[in-house]
Amino acid sequence: MFFPSVHLTTEQRLFSTLPRVDLLNSRAICGGPLGNLTACVWLSLQNSMILSAAIFITLLGLLGYLHFVKIDHETLLIIDSLGIQMTSSYASGKESTTFIEMGEVKDVVINEAIYMQKVIYYLCILLKDPVEPHGISQVVPLFQSAKPRLDCLIEVYRSCQDILAHQKATSTSP
Amino acid sequence: MVLKAFFPTCCASADSGLLVGRWVPEQSSAVVLAVVHFPFIPIQVKELLAQVQQASQVGVTVLGTWCHRRQEPEESLGHFLEGLGAIFSHKPWFQLCRERGSKSWSCKATHWQGPTSHAASGEDQVMLIFYDQRKVLLSQLHPPAVLPDRQAGDTTASAGGLAAVFDTVARSEALFQSDRFDEGPVRLSHWQSEGVEASILVELAKWAAGPVCLLLACLLSLVSAASACRVFKLWPLSFIWSKLSTCEQLRHRLEQLTLIFSTRKAKNPAQLMRKANMLVSVLLDVALGLMLLSWLHRKDLIGQLADALIPVADHVAEELQHLLQWLMGAPAGLKMNRALDQVLGRFFLYHIHLWISYIHLMSPFIERILWHVGLSACLGLTVALSILSDIIALLTFHIYCFYVYGARLYCLKIHGLSSLWRLFRGKKWNVLRQRVDSCSYDLDQLFIGTLLFTILVFLLPTTALYYLVFTLLRLLVVTVQGLIHLLVDLINSLPLYSLGLRLCRPYRLAAGVKFRVLEHETGRPLRLLMQINPLPYSRVVHTYRLPTCGCHPKHSWGSLCRKLFFGELIYPWRQRGDKQD
Repeated sequence: MFFPSVHLTTEQRLFSTLPRVDLLNSRAICGGPLGNLTACVWLSLQNSMILSAAIFITLLGLLGYLHFVKIDHETLLIIDSLGIQMTSSYASGKESTTFIEMGEVKDVVINEAIYMQKVIYYLCILLKDPVEPHGISQVVPLFQSAKPRLDCLIEVYRSCQDILAHQKATSTSP
Repeated sequence: MVLKAFFPTCCASADSGLLVGRWVPEQSSAVVLAVVHFPFIPIQVKELLAQVQQASQVGVTVLGTWCHRRQEPEESLGHFLEGLGAIFSHKPWFQLCRERGSKSWSCKATHWQGPTSHAASGEDQVMLIFYDQRKVLLSQLHPPAVLPDRQAGDTTASAGGLAAVFDTVARSEALFQSDRFDEGPVRLSHWQSEGVEASILVELAKWAAGPVCLLLACLLSLVSAASACRVFKLWPLSFIWSKLSTCEQLRHRLEQLTLIFSTRKAKNPAQLMRKANMLVSVLLDVALGLMLLSWLHRKDLIGQLADALIPVADHVAEELQHLLQWLMGAPAGLKMNRALDQVLGRFFLYHIHLWISYIHLMSPFIERILWHVGLSACLGLTVALSILSDIIALLTFHIYCFYVYGARLYCLKIHGLSSLWRLFRGKKWNVLRQRVDSCSYDLDQLFIGTLLFTILVFLLPTTALYYLVFTLLRLLVVTVQGLIHLLVDLINSLPLYSLGLRLCRPYRLAAGVKFRVLEHETGRPLRLLMQINPLPYSRVVHTYRLPTCGCHPKHSWGSLCRKLFFGELIYPWRQRGDKQD
C-alpha cells in the first residue's frame, strides 16, 4: 500500500571539544611586578554588583543564543498532493516552520557551489514562476545549518524524486 | 488518487450523521464544515443547504456520512448510511467512520456509479487533515490571497488550495447559525457547539459605539473646521505653524482621530487593523502623557524647571562668550587674522548680549508658560516631546543664527576663491555652456583679481574656523532634536494592537500553515493535524506600520559632507511643508 509521505531527519553531529579550564592560583601571580595590577583587577571584580551584572548579561546572551541561533535539528516532511514542510528546531525548543504547497514546487535538486577552495553540495527546492511557465521564481535551500554531505543528500533526493514523480503522474491523470 | 478530507476537530466526538461541506475538485479535497445529526428529513436538509448557499455564495453540499459507533458495528445503521448515498448523490461519496473511545479511523471514498453496478464503483484513498474550525474561521492569511469573484456554486479557484479552505470556512458563517442544541428541524454540529465566549462588556461597547462615534465625529469636524479657518492662513502665523513640530504632531493626531471615529465601516480587515492600531496608539500616548504629568506635579518639577531655566540659559551664554574669547585669541595655537577676528568676535558677542537681555525680559512669565505647556502633556506624550523639541529649538535660536552667519560668510568666501582661482589660471566660467573656458584678461583685471585672491586666501583660516565651530554646535542641537523626533515617530508608527494580537491570539495573523503527522497504523488512512503558522513579529511590524509625517532627512552622507564643505545651509526638516504619505 503506498505510503504517501516520507520524513527523513538528519542528525547534526557535534565535534566540539570541551575547553580545558585552568585554575589560576591567585597567590602565584600576586608577588612580582604585576602584583599591583592584578590586585586592582581583583578588587574591582570583588565588587559584587559588577560581577552579578556581568553574570546576568552572560546568561541572557546564552539564552538568546540558544533561542535564536543554535539549531538543534531540522526536519523535512513531504506529503504527496499537499506540499513540502521544513521545520527547524532550536535548542530552546522553539520551532520555525515553512510550508510550500505542491502547486508551487517545480522540482527538488542538488546544487553544486564553489566556495573558496572546495565544492559544496546543497539540496534546494525550485519554485514555479506564476508569470512564465518554464521559469523559476525562487530557489529555497534546505538543511542550511545541518549541511549534510553528498551521500546523505542523495538519499533524500531519491526519496523526494519518487514522491514528486508519483505526484506528477497522478495529477495529470483525471 | 489520494483525496484530502479537511475535518474539523470539534466534530471528531460528534454523533453519527451526514457530512456537510464543500468539494473543491481542483485540489481534489473536501472541506467538511458541519455534521447533521439523526433524525432529519432529507427535504429539510436540502432546503437548509440551499439557504446557506444563497446567503454565503459557497457551494455547500452533503459530502458523505459520518459514523461514530461503538465496538460492535450496527448492521442496520451501516445499510441505512449506504442508502443515504442514493438520496444525496455526490461524487465522490465519503464514508468516515470512527470507533468510539479509540483512535482508529477509517474512511472510504466511492464513486457511486448507480444502484445496479456496485462492482464498478471505484474506491480512492483518503487522507484526513484535522483543522481547528474556530481558528481557521478567525484567521487572516498574509499576504491575502486574491480569489476571483465568486458566483454561487463552485468556481475555478486557481489560488492555492489552502487559501481556498480558509476562504470556504470564513464565508460559511450562515451555516454556523443553528446548532445541535437548537429546536429546529435540522441539528448541526460545528465549532459553535463547543461554546462561544461572550462578554457583556464587549456587547455593551459594541452597542454604545455607534452614538459615541457620531458625537466624537461631530466634535472633531468642528475642531478641524476651526483650525482650517482663514485667520491661520495669514503669513506670519502660517510660517510659524509650519516650522513648529508641535502643530505638525497635533494635526497628525487630529487626522488619526477623525479616521478612527468616522462613521463609515472599515471595508476590509487591513483597514480595521489600521483603525485599531491608531486607537491603541492614541490611548497609549495619552496614558503615558498623564503619567508624565502626574510625575511632574508630584515632585513639583515644573517650579524647579522654571527656576533652573534662566540660570541654564545664562550659563550657556557665558560658555559661548568664553568660546568666542578663545576664538578671538589664538585658538589651538593657530594664528588668526587679528582684525577680522576682532570684528567677527565682537559681532557675535553683541548678539549674545541681545539674546540674554531678551531671556531676562521673559523671565517673570516662564513659570506660567511652563505650567501651561506641562498641562498639554495630557494630550499625549508625543505632544509633550514635540513641545520639548520646539523649546530646545527656540532656546538655541542664537546658535542657529551664528551658524547661518558663519555659513554665509564661508560660502561667499569659497565661491569668491574658486572664481578668482580660475582667473589666476586664466580661465572663466561660461554660464551659457555651463563649463570652464579659457579667457584672456586685461592686465589690471589680473592684477586686482590676484590681489583679492591673496586676501581671501589669507583670511580663509579665520572664517573657516568660525564656520567649523558653529556648524558643530548646530549639528549637536540638530542631533538632540533628531533623537526626540525619532522617539515621537516610534510612538506614532508602532502597531501595538497587531503586536498584542500576535502575542495573545497568534492564530489571527497567519503566515501559513504547518502539518503534523498523527499516529499512523498500517491499513488505516493517514491522519495529519493542520495548525496555523503565525506571522513573525518583524513581518507584523512591517505590514501594519502606521504612516507617520515622514520627516526624515533626505540627504545621504555624501551629499551632507559636500554641503558642509561648500558652506551650503543644511535644513534637516525641510520636508515639513510637503508631506508625502
